[in-house]
Amino acid sequence: MRTQLLKLGAVFAMLGILAVGGGTAVLPEMQHATVHWFNLTDKQFRDIYSLGQVAPGPNMLMVLVIGYRLMGALGAAVVGIAFFIPDCALTLLANRLWVHFAGSPWRLTVQRGMAPVAIGLMCAGTYAIGRLTLVSAVTGRINPLSIAITIGVGAILLWRHVNPGILVLLSGTVYMLLSR
Amino acid sequence: MPPSNTANETPAVARNVTLFDLFKLFFLAGAVSFGGGVVAYEREYLVGGAKWLSDEDFLSTLEISETLPGLNSVDIAVIVGDNLRGIPGVIAAVAGLVIPGSVIVMVLGLLWSSSHHDPRVQHFLLGIAAAAVGMLSVVTLQLGRRQFQSALDLAIIVVTFAAVSIFKISLAWVLLAIGPVAIFLYRPATDRALTQGAELHLPFHRGPRHGKLRH
Repeated sequence: MRTQLLKLGAVFAMLGILAVGGGTAVLPEMQHATVHWFNLTDKQFRDIYSLGQVAPGPNMLMVLVIGYRLMGALGAAVVGIAFFIPDCALTLLANRLWVHFAGSPWRLTVQRGMAPVAIGLMCAGTYAIGRLTLVSAVTGRINPLSIAITIGVGAILLWRHVNPGILVLLSGTVYMLLSR
Repeated sequence: MPPSNTANETPAVARNVTLFDLFKLFFLAGAVSFGGGVVAYEREYLVGGAKWLSDEDFLSTLEISETLPGLNSVDIAVIVGDNLRGIPGVIAAVAGLVIPGSVIVMVLGLLWSSSHHDPRVQHFLLGIAAAAVGMLSVVTLQLGRRQFQSALDLAIIVVTFAAVSIFKISLAWVLLAIGPVAIFLYRPATDRALTQGAELHLPFHRGPRHGKLRH
């Protein structure tokens, strides 16, 4: 139990620090780690990810539910601390150091170089959730209703800015009503 | 944006911000941002509402948080908290940001734990996941607009994506292998135009994408 908690903390501390380009970047790694090293199922991972979309604040707060699901209240606490505190400490340190690099051309170099890496990781995160959502785990076939919702939401957002919370609740309701 | 110890350099940064003010502002941003888009709320409250930061200050704060690992909305709370009130400010801001969402997501998690065998719950959450895929795709396209149009950037994107999604290489290795190469490819001497861009205060960070912040 204690070893498992430590392992859980170590995994999420690493995920928090490796989140280059935001939380989406670590979704594939998080899915892999929680499903293969702990006993979360793909479906539970997808469900918990969806819960994070409904709650306010950073969507990645859903990691608390992963911790809770795996190891109870203590698991939630360990995951929360591990995912956020090291990252905050690193950011604080970087903020204090940042001013020293203000004029350095390397600062822009790092930004320019890491930007496409971050975008690539976001593509991978989107793909990870997409595969869990758009393809049926049972039949291996694509799920037409999910695809329709994904395309619909994407089209609406490209067309104009709509509160994502509304789109999220609407999509859940539509899926629920149409698949009875 | 320099840290608070050198507050004389930053114009339009509020003085006399109490820890409770910091907590309150980020608590509000963390409580009303249903469905994500926390950064947009932070900007609205920090720049438009409380006027603690000028829009330019906010954008440079966002730029730092985008370069640093970790969640952008949390990184912004850390930087603003630190710049205004030091380490206690960081604690107040981050606590405010994450408390409302943590409580709500845990309540949802408890409800889900006792109901996730109900097909209605499963369908509802599947619909949400489908919406999330649409939102993530659009956010990725908008954030990467510049990168998708450059051959070199596109190559880095494809290699990164393939390493993670196809070859299932662990993220730490991917970053350690591709990060230095990507940075090397953009090393200062090879690209004069970019260095000049730095002197112009990074014009690409004023692009239209900041109108639709969603992280």
